Amino acid sequence: MEFLQALINSFPIFIKAAVVTVELTATALVIGTIIGLVIALCKISSRKFLNVIANGYITIIRGTPLIVQIFWIYYGLTSIVVLDGFWAASIALAVHNGAYIAEIFRGGIQSIDRGQMEAARSLGMPYSLAMRRIILPQAFRRIMPPLGNQFIIGLKDSSLAAFVTMEELFNISMRMAASTFKDIQFYSIAGLYYLLLVIIFTFLVNKLENKLSEGSSGVGR
Amino acid sequence: MIKVNNLHKHFGDLHVLKGVDMNVNEQEVVCLIGASGSGKSTFLRCLNFLEKAEGQIWIDGQQIDYKRDDLNDLRQDVGMVFQHFNLFPHRTVLGNVTEAPIYVKGVNRKEAEDEAMVLLDKVGLADKADCYPSELSGGQKQRVAIGRALAMKPKVMLFDEPTSALDPELVGEVLSVMKQLAKEGMTMVVVTHEMGFAKEVGDLVVYMDEGNIVEQAKPDEMFSNPQNQRTQEFLSCIL
Repeated sequence: MEFLQALINSFPIFIKAAVVTVELTATALVIGTIIGLVIALCKISSRKFLNVIANGYITIIRGTPLIVQIFWIYYGLTSIVVLDGFWAASIALAVHNGAYIAEIFRGGIQSIDRGQMEAARSLGMPYSLAMRRIILPQAFRRIMPPLGNQFIIGLKDSSLAAFVTMEELFNISMRMAASTFKDIQFYSIAGLYYLLLVIIFTFLVNKLENKLSEGSSGVGR
Repeated sequence: MIKVNNLHKHFGDLHVLKGVDMNVNEQEVVCLIGASGSGKSTFLRCLNFLEKAEGQIWIDGQQIDYKRDDLNDLRQDVGMVFQHFNLFPHRTVLGNVTEAPIYVKGVNRKEAEDEAMVLLDKVGLADKADCYPSELSGGQKQRVAIGRALAMKPKVMLFDEPTSALDPELVGEVLSVMKQLAKEGMTMVVVTHEMGFAKEVGDLVVYMDEGNIVEQAKPDEMFSNPQNQRTQEFLSCIL
């Protein structure tokens, strides 16, 4: 009962925080997806130096903790350019997720039958056009499940932005907990909001997945 | 139309093509036969630059240089039909045929679709224009693939075992489209195991073995009186 009361009372402040979480996540994932696509294309390129860049990027980003990356950018990069907490956290999350998304894209692209690229090239399509019109649309369908998965991880990882002054869900729950000493209560409320966001998000991803698989079936040839 | 001079191809240590020479005149239909692993498919893929090889290739008087920027333009002159069709599964039949004319040649959509319908009619699939490839039989898929290649108005058509992945009862419909094409004067190079087709349509039959052209002759001579011993053995196995 007390929990329910707290949930209702804290609603105005938590819903504001939830909006910040969503903004942060959305910005990070849009940029992260672009980074992921670029890195994936570098990784499968026939140019050696692009492979080296992609592999270096993925190794460093996957090999270091997200919180370290957020602090690198928040404390490190802001000494060169002025970045507020939102952009520092967004960029860090984008860079971090980009490495994982790159591997998802790479797997998706490489899962498309080689004959598709050959057929496109044999019709006179340049590599980039064949990639854009033939390979990526097919790859997108296959990567929706793992991509959705990564997006969910990204959404929850945005909680680490709490440590660079972002007033998002986790930051707010920490403050509420500290000022009321009702830790379990407010962390549970935060958890509930995250759960709700993930459920809504999963629903949207499923919708998109169904939409993408309309028309042609998954038969590769 | 096609001239090949001393073509070599290596896959790592494997020497797949060992100095192949060939001449294909305009409107000629050349059938490449040989056991699997003899290099005939690889040779065909070289003609469409899907494989990089050493040696000289001229298509319609233009020499191939893999560093050339206009390789894609040159490719438009050489249509290719694959054993496994390689239709684009996310596009309709019509979309498969119009894709390259619209996005490579810049033909406007209406015009491309009109031309595509003419081609689909020719391969007998105008009524399937709005279907997706997954809804078609193998023979229908291959006929769409032929239409798709023809949409770029190529000067040469290459066929890489176009009927090998088909159920036996579907082979005929694909071959008859190819015969029609030959009759209309298309220059064709066909890798095939269909000796009947080679006999009936081919102007020249080329037997390849271990990366070399062992023998080439008119179909009648090739099938009735092969000169080379390896050709004789091969033909006695399959005829």
